[in-house]
Amino acid sequence: MNTIMKVLKYQARDAVRSRWLIAYAIFFALVTDGLLRFSGDPVKAQLSLVSVVLFVVPLIAIVFGTVYLYNAREFIELLLAQPVNRRQTYGGLYLGLTLPLVLAFVVGLSVPFALHGADAAAWGTLIALLTAGIVLTCVFTAIATLIAVRCEDRLRGLGTAIAVWLLLTVVYDGFVLFVLAVLSDYPLEHATLVMMMANPIDIARVGLLLRFDGAAMMGYTGAVFLKFFGGTVGIAIIVAALTFWVSAPVALGVRVFQRKDF
Amino acid sequence: MNKAMIQITDLSKRFGALDVLSSVDLVVRSGRVIAIVGPNGAGKTTLIKSVLGLTRPDAGHILLDGVNVIGGDAYRSRIGYMPQIARFPENLTGAELIAMLKDLRGPGAQLDTELIDCFALEEALQKPLRVLAGGTRQKVNAAMAFLFSPELLILDEPTAGLDPLSSSILKDKILAERGAGKTVMVTSHIMNELEELAEDVAFMLEGRAAFVGTLDELKRITSQITLERAVATMMTRGWVKAAA
Repeated sequence: MNTIMKVLKYQARDAVRSRWLIAYAIFFALVTDGLLRFSGDPVKAQLSLVSVVLFVVPLIAIVFGTVYLYNAREFIELLLAQPVNRRQTYGGLYLGLTLPLVLAFVVGLSVPFALHGADAAAWGTLIALLTAGIVLTCVFTAIATLIAVRCEDRLRGLGTAIAVWLLLTVVYDGFVLFVLAVLSDYPLEHATLVMMMANPIDIARVGLLLRFDGAAMMGYTGAVFLKFFGGTVGIAIIVAALTFWVSAPVALGVRVFQRKDF
Repeated sequence: MNKAMIQITDLSKRFGALDVLSSVDLVVRSGRVIAIVGPNGAGKTTLIKSVLGLTRPDAGHILLDGVNVIGGDAYRSRIGYMPQIARFPENLTGAELIAMLKDLRGPGAQLDTELIDCFALEEALQKPLRVLAGGTRQKVNAAMAFLFSPELLILDEPTAGLDPLSSSILKDKILAERGAGKTVMVTSHIMNELEELAEDVAFMLEGRAAFVGTLDELKRITSQITLERAVATMMTRGWVKAAA
């Protein structure tokens, strides 16, 4: 068992017992249950859940992640005072943060569907929804870990975390609309695709809606994407882009962590 | 004269515009207790953290038994560290934290549970760390530093937050370890306490090791009879490079 697994094991055990994490799971369970009850149709409920997942998962992953790691500062020092290497310790910290959040999300979303007796088709789309949520968790905990090791000051770190989230949700949508409105006389397909790739939440959204056939909800970037790629190629591009969005912050974080003074 | 366990030469570290350590030369002799003293911000903690590899020095060398340790990892299995602040993951129990350290260090070390017994920590170790009182957490912190019978103990303000009885137990333990041939680096603001424990002193001032030598030597050159007075004299004189 290497250091990654050892750190992961104990950190995940700590995080999983956190009140906030339990509250997060309960929140998703209540929302899912409520949507299933009021819509009476698992597919409609899932379409509503898409928006909730795309909005809430990144926010909680990045905020919980940075706060948790700032609180773990002395714990990280204790770890690094042991005969461990920093690269693996970073991996353990990242996964020890990510897996409990993934677990809370998956449990919170799946249990109500199981209780309401969803059919095979509903499970198929649910798996797409779960995958999107899991990947977004991985992306935003990677960014959170990077921020926590990069920013010495916790208040600034938390501010950065919230700013990143705002930028990729609210500001991004406004920016895309603005660009499209102002430059409506020009062909913007390529620019749109670039904008989409620059935003992991938008990538996940388009990926999900390819699966849901909800073209009406895909927005402009999604429609352009579908026109250009569609089907299998589209999915491959989405997977590649999201892999980049996980691995780039992790790689950057490892570099910072290896040089960091505690 | 005992041989050098740790040899620090020309160690420098800058944080921004601040020279936290500038060309520190220091020898920690094997089987002895060295007190690191000096005013706040003199670089004591940075020095300790450099030895542990927590802080990466900008220049200089740190040798452990003649082998460079900067950038290394494995050498830390020979060190037990007691940090100043005992803050642990709040939802883990002390027992889990100890299990984690055992996992990380691997088998091999002889376990020394004397402090767990003396502090009567068995029951407290089963509870989540968040419910433990500050003093109890500090006891867990101490017990973990001594647990793996390390050759070198690095203790940063070890008695802070401990009641007099626990503090005495810990000091007895430090002296017992010295008797068993272990080497100890210790910082504290309580000079009387260091006088009980240490035979060597490193006096830090503005990032420099202004004096490194024995306690008796320091008292002699400052013409004082206690460590507290001797350090105060050093501080009022400013930086005095004493011939060690």
